[in-house]
Amino acid sequence: MAEPILSVRRLCTWFHQDEGIVRAVDGASFDLEPGHTLGIVGESGCGKSVTARSILRIVERPGRVESGEILLRRPDGSVVDLVKLDGQGREMREVRGGEIGYVFQEPMSSLSSFHTIGNQLIEAIRLHSDMSKKAARDRAVELLTLVGIPRPAQRVDSYSFELSGGLRQRVMIALALAAEPRILIADEPTTALDVTTQAQILDLLRKLQAEQGLAVILITHDMGVIAEMADDVVVMYLGRDVEQGPVETIFHDPAHPYTRSLLQSIPSVLAEPRSRLRTIEGSIPHPYARPAGCPFHPRCADAIAGRCDRSLPEPTHLGARHAVSCFLYGGSGVPALPAGLLERAE
Amino acid sequence: MSAAISTAAAPVTTAAEEKVAVATQLQLTWWRFRRHKVAVASGVIVLFFYLVAVLADFLATNDPYATLAARSYIPPQEIHWFDADGSFRPHVFALEGKRDMKTFRLVYVADPEDKRYLELFVDGYPYRLLGLFETNLHLLGLDRGAPEEALFLLGTDQLGRDFWSRLVLATRTSLFIGLAGVAISLFLGVLLGGISGMYGGWIDTVIQRVIEILRSIPTIPLWMGLAAALPATWSVLQVYLAITVIISLIGWTELARVVRGRFLSLREEDFVMAAELAGASQLRIIFRHMVPSFLSHIIAAVSLALPAMIISETTLSFLGLGLRPPAISWGVLLQDAQNIQALAIAPWLLMAAIPVIVVILAFNFLGDGLRDAADPYG
Amino acid sequence: MITYITRRLVLALVTCWAISVISFIIIQLPPGDFVNSYIANLSASGSMVSAAEADAMREQYGLNRPIWVQYGKWMGRVLQGDFGMSMEWGRPVLEVIGDRLWLTIVISIAAIILTWGIALPIGIYSAVRQYSIADYIFTLIGFIGLAVPNFLLALIIMYLGFKYFGANIGGLFSPEYDLAPWSWDKVWDLMSHLPLPAFILALAGTAQLIRIMRANLLDELRRPYVTTARARGLQEWRVIMKYPVRAALNPFASTIGYLLPFVVSGSIVVSLVLSLPTVGPLLLRALVAQDMFLAGAIVLLLGVLTVIGTFLSDLMLMWIDPRIRAGMHG
Repeated sequence: MAEPILSVRRLCTWFHQDEGIVRAVDGASFDLEPGHTLGIVGESGCGKSVTARSILRIVERPGRVESGEILLRRPDGSVVDLVKLDGQGREMREVRGGEIGYVFQEPMSSLSSFHTIGNQLIEAIRLHSDMSKKAARDRAVELLTLVGIPRPAQRVDSYSFELSGGLRQRVMIALALAAEPRILIADEPTTALDVTTQAQILDLLRKLQAEQGLAVILITHDMGVIAEMADDVVVMYLGRDVEQGPVETIFHDPAHPYTRSLLQSIPSVLAEPRSRLRTIEGSIPHPYARPAGCPFHPRCADAIAGRCDRSLPEPTHLGARHAVSCFLYGGSGVPALPAGLLERAE
Repeated sequence: MSAAISTAAAPVTTAAEEKVAVATQLQLTWWRFRRHKVAVASGVIVLFFYLVAVLADFLATNDPYATLAARSYIPPQEIHWFDADGSFRPHVFALEGKRDMKTFRLVYVADPEDKRYLELFVDGYPYRLLGLFETNLHLLGLDRGAPEEALFLLGTDQLGRDFWSRLVLATRTSLFIGLAGVAISLFLGVLLGGISGMYGGWIDTVIQRVIEILRSIPTIPLWMGLAAALPATWSVLQVYLAITVIISLIGWTELARVVRGRFLSLREEDFVMAAELAGASQLRIIFRHMVPSFLSHIIAAVSLALPAMIISETTLSFLGLGLRPPAISWGVLLQDAQNIQALAIAPWLLMAAIPVIVVILAFNFLGDGLRDAADPYG
Repeated sequence: MITYITRRLVLALVTCWAISVISFIIIQLPPGDFVNSYIANLSASGSMVSAAEADAMREQYGLNRPIWVQYGKWMGRVLQGDFGMSMEWGRPVLEVIGDRLWLTIVISIAAIILTWGIALPIGIYSAVRQYSIADYIFTLIGFIGLAVPNFLLALIIMYLGFKYFGANIGGLFSPEYDLAPWSWDKVWDLMSHLPLPAFILALAGTAQLIRIMRANLLDELRRPYVTTARARGLQEWRVIMKYPVRAALNPFASTIGYLLPFVVSGSIVVSLVLSLPTVGPLLLRALVAQDMFLAGAIVLLLGVLTVIGTFLSDLMLMWIDPRIRAGMHG
């Protein structure tokens, strides 16, 4: 098995607010393998996006990466811990865009409406190379062609508000790929788009991944998108990974009660007509009122009284690559932070 | 329901949350406002000034209109707090005016032997307290002395009028002319802004254009022109009313803008729709449902409009085109401090600037706090 | 884009018309027609006017005709550049106004440039370092600037200048240039006298503009395109200067629409205190002396110039905003 290109270990990103500390990410761990697509899934507010932004160290104030490791493996075999870098420093800025590209959720507002898309693309290209303006412009047109924008030579001079949502998201992808990164983080790339455009953008991402050999982290709340795109899946709940494994295992043999209920809440064409769609009872707790013990226990039918509400479950391996943090599968519990998941038996 | 998922704990509402849920818009605004320390302090200052305004005659130590050549340009008197034996007995020294034979100006010499003690609740010139009770009771005065030896806390002007007494009376004039101006502006603003926001269409377009036009004209030359046209024969009261109307001609535009904006957003709200469906009349919807929900915005806008009104009046009177003597306002007092010659002789006349700045500053802080508080969720 | 320009132009013309009506009303407001005052004026200086001459004058100015005819005649003459005679000075109004109008414009423009020059960097700093000590200090200074009417500020500064430097700091020219014809030396002398009145005029506007810039930039800093630019690996200060500041610049620049009338208004009063040779003191004197053609002409010219300035700045704004250029907004 290949060495992971990116390993996140016990990442904690907290927001220090007047009313208290919001633990948006609280001990998440996962690995991204080269050429693979890792899907991160969970309800809104579970810390998916903050995790992704923590990797690039662009969490907005008052948020801060508190602890943990984000290990980036370079092609020469060296490993750098992004948490230890200066967030504003030169090395971190070279990682941003240069080694890791990022596609945002909001194609409508993620581009400046005062600059042409060519201006923003050329900026991104020249930041990570010493191309001339002329060459960078040619490269920008090339990138627009790559992401399937019609008439790229003209479009390079248009403003973002002159493009449709789908085209804007293609421009965003072109921007993310401008400096030929090895990793692409796509944060809900299709949420704001209509269904047809969604499919086109997902196709494009798949095509680009195959052509460029990208490793992709795909963040979504849509299990359908995960099933279609991901090789591996991390299920997150309240800032923690609760279960992870290959996509087939997660879909066919889910272990964690939360994963099971997520899967049951997907609408299916095979379902009985007029039957009610299953939903997960209750709602995500208030960020200042995290439940003690396993964060899911107040909403969990199988919660073991006196255990799940007392201590935090450690990950248990159910297979070589399948791990779950739940007391239903035995495993030890610690009141403290759990150790990293997926310690492979290699 | 899935077997894996059970009912979650019912959401717990604390008593505090319950209180927030049923609070009116005005209550919410008030709670938020109380957290703004600076704004609350400013509110207290504003209230204090209005208290001074109401009790102006009671606080005055001398008749503000009484002129006396023998006490022209007396500098502010120094108050000595303790008597020679160390007991607490505030007093001033009697002054003797002497003419400087070189400059021919009156120079005042204090006589440390001749002490005049300060007393509370003394008799002075007669006035009507709150416009109702005839009285001659004043808060502060000296125990004895001729008119030219009275207490001059802030000195006197060229005509020998007591500056402190004139300042408190000016406070009354300037603060109430501001209130009156805002009342007229508010009426126009709510009426026109309300019509504009409620009906939309061409009425809205016309009113909006009128506002735009009014705002693009430099106001001071306009005011000056209008104010200068007031007949010289008019009484103080007539001029007072006319000036109030003139300064509120511009002030209403901002209030109209706020009201229109609120109407536009409220028109789309569900509770207005619900009231309409329930068959409530237009007037009832406006006054029972819409106005209470943006009352706090209006209060905030008013407290920001007031200082602008006060500045307007002060500016016009300062130019000699607003209130005219014998009326006393901050602007009228500052007019005396207009030229450098007067300031060189009597710099204390510039003290009229202090209440102007303090009140305007306080109103601005207050209005800012209120505006922040008016958007409890925004 | 054409519709946008047309709309602005029509509004500007309507505003000019409204200003002309107001100016006319100001001329008409004092009791008695102006021929009466003119005759009274002349008699005071010793010359006599016969009843026939008076009637001829009334006829010439249409004073015995309905009010709207009088307005029409007056407007007709104004459009030909004839603003009538100043009674007090006995010379054509335009001649009396002379350089004063241009000096008013120069001071106003200097004040606006200064306002922007101070407010822009402070506004950016206050937004980027929100709740820092400097932010609080700037906010406080801003509030004070807002609270002190500019004539009071002028008065206080003049008093301090007198008390500590013993000099009268008013005026726009050194005495030797006061009556001299225009030359480069005189222009230079003017430039060296400009900063103080410009600063006094600028202070109140600066306070407002700092708050506008700060609020707009705080809004823009939260927008996703800022995060996108960061994720590209751009340096933080370049992210801020290129994207959110650029976006916040537009509402900032559009404040000229009310900044201009505000500054022109202020210049009148400040000129009086600092005895600057602008139209301010002239207007006050004309109003006090009931020299209504002069007063009306000054109100009209100031108003119309302000409207033209606002219109030009609208065109400039349109030119710098790609969204309006592309016809997104009417």
